[in-house]
Parts: sequence; C-alpha cells; structure tokens
Amino acid sequence: MNDAAITARIQAVFPDVQPATTPNAQPRLCVPAATLPALARFLLDQPDLAFTSLMDLTGYDLAKYPSTPPSDAIRVVYLLHSLCHLHKLALWVDAPRASPVVPSVAGIWPAAIYFEREVFDLLGVRFDGHPSLHRILCPDDWIGHPLRKDYVYPAEYLGVAHLREGQHFESGPVRG
Amino acid sequence: MAEPIRPGNALDEQIHLTAVDEFLAWGKEHSLFYLLFATACCGIELMQAGGPRYDVDRLGMIPRATPRQADLMIVAGTITHKMASRVRTLWEQMSEPRWVVSMGSCANSGGPFSKWSYSVLNGVDKYIPVDVYIPGCPPRPEALIDGVMALRERVRRYRTSGERDATPYLVAGGDCAFGGHPGKDDGSGGEPKR
Repeated sequence: MNDAAITARIQAVFPDVQPATTPNAQPRLCVPAATLPALARFLLDQPDLAFTSLMDLTGYDLAKYPSTPPSDAIRVVYLLHSLCHLHKLALWVDAPRASPVVPSVAGIWPAAIYFEREVFDLLGVRFDGHPSLHRILCPDDWIGHPLRKDYVYPAEYLGVAHLREGQHFESGPVRG
Repeated sequence: MAEPIRPGNALDEQIHLTAVDEFLAWGKEHSLFYLLFATACCGIELMQAGGPRYDVDRLGMIPRATPRQADLMIVAGTITHKMASRVRTLWEQMSEPRWVVSMGSCANSGGPFSKWSYSVLNGVDKYIPVDVYIPGCPPRPEALIDGVMALRERVRRYRTSGERDATPYLVAGGDCAFGGHPGKDDGSGGEPKR
C-alpha cells in the first residue's frame, strides 16, 4: 500500500487519527494516547497492513521547539515497518510534560520493552502496562531525566564533582 | 663487521650472580600482564598496540581476561559514572602490586565530554590511583608504549627499593584536539582547542 492508502485505511477505522502537517515522504500520524493500544493492535493484525516490526521507539521534548503554536508536550515516536509489504509508518503520540503517561505497546511488539525503558529513563514518560519500567542507561538512583529541556545538570554524583579542580567554562549547562 | 656477543660455553659465561630482589624485579618488569579492558575508541588503539605492527607482546605484555591475573590496568576509554564503580571493583580484584595507566583524554579528565555531558566521569583518577597518564584522542600506540616503558622503570624501582613513585608520569605530547591533560596548566581546563 502507498502512504495515502495507509492513511485512508487507518482513518476509516480511527477517525481521531490525523496526519501530521509536516511535509515528509513518510506518513506521520498524530495519535491520541487513548487510541494507541487499539490502533497498535489493528496495525499488527490486519493482513493488508501487517506492521510486524517496531523499528524504533523514541521521543523528544517539544519545549523550546520552534513550532507554532508552542507545544508543551513530550512526543513519543513509533517507527513501524512491515516485513511482508515493505511499507513504513511513523506514529506521534504527544503527552503533557507535567505528567506524561502513554499506554505501553510492549504487549503488542515485545521490542518496545527496552525502547520504553529508554524513553522513560531519558524523558520521564511513564508507559502504562509496561512489565518492568525502570531505568536502563542511567544508574537507578539518578535524579531527573537528562533529555528534558529543563534538565538541571548535577554538580556531583556519589561525592565526585562533575568538574575537575580548577576547571572552568565560560559557557555550559546549568549545574544544580 | 663486529661479531654479536653470545654467551660462550665457559661456566662463568653461563652463570650470572644477582640479588633475588633484582631478579624478581627483572622478571616483573618484563612480564607486565594487562587487563583486557576497554570502554571506548581508545580500545581500538590498544588493540592496534597489541597487533602485529606494534606488538606489545614482545615487551612481555600479554592481555589477561581476569583482573586476578593482571598486574596492569590500562583504562582505555570513556568512563561514565555508572561504569566507575565497576572500574573500582576490577581494580580491587587485582592483586598487589597493581598499576594503572590512564589512556586518552576521557580517562584523564573527561576529554570532549567534560563540558556538556551529565554522565561522564571527569577523570578515572577520581576513583582509582593512576601511575601514568597518556594524552591523546586517542593516543597513538607509540604514546602507549612510551607510557608502558616509563611504567616499567617504576616497576623495577618499586621491586628493588620497595617504594612507589608518588607523582604520576605524564607522557609528553598532548597535541590532541581535546586538551584534557591533567598536567596541563594553561587554564584550558580540557576545553577543546580551536
């Protein structure tokens, strides 16, 4: 199926899914968080769609992002690929920065287990229904989520300062 | 053309008299087994130093897969805060006398990550004592071998005199993109040279 056909096929069943306005060769669909579990199951199970592979699940903080109107959300991105039809699809799910919660797709694509742990670790998005949501890259006792735009860099960790003695930078990150 | 000097068959040419300590020092100096431990791209240069072109095996340096058999730890690469406790554990598992070479800007001072990274440790000497610092990003195998030769001097002195050199040895050079040499006192503080 081509991109327009995929979008039309999905919108016939899920009318609240809207194509993103960003011009791009690859279709990107904005999905409300509540619709995501049913849509994910639909994309995997329908024989003419058959998105069997979750290539990537990542995210980014939209604060300070040059968009109009300014968004206050964390965007989770799902990159899907169909290994039998060789077509691709990207989903965007926006979650409010204050308390970002997105339903987990780990029960649909098991590859999401590690991906969602990474997004939780670095952006603080909580995935409802994830079997074991804890940090994967940072140490377990790390404070904060480093890829958030308002992240305050730690001044020290376990008593070890982040700058060497006498080290100074004229610019750099805010250190707490 | 001069004849090469070879031990003859006479008894006094076959037997050498020395002190036991000096004999042990000679043996230790020529068999610095190093822990096969690399965390980043400096490990590639470490492998190159062990490869056929530079061949540190000829110096008696043989990589060991376990810290319990290693005399020397070459910290080759970036150490994150999460990794630092593991580095400390590996170092503690090595038997005395143990030696540490900090290879590359990252292990020396955090290197290119010292400014903007939240997760990288600014120098492995915050966790374990370092005997030799080698600047470079990454250092060439020649620099690594220079550091090892300096360390061998220290190993011999330690075995004969029983005293460790307190001040670390700094390999000369430092002509690397990311400064980061702890002995450098130009106020750059590891700031990249532009």
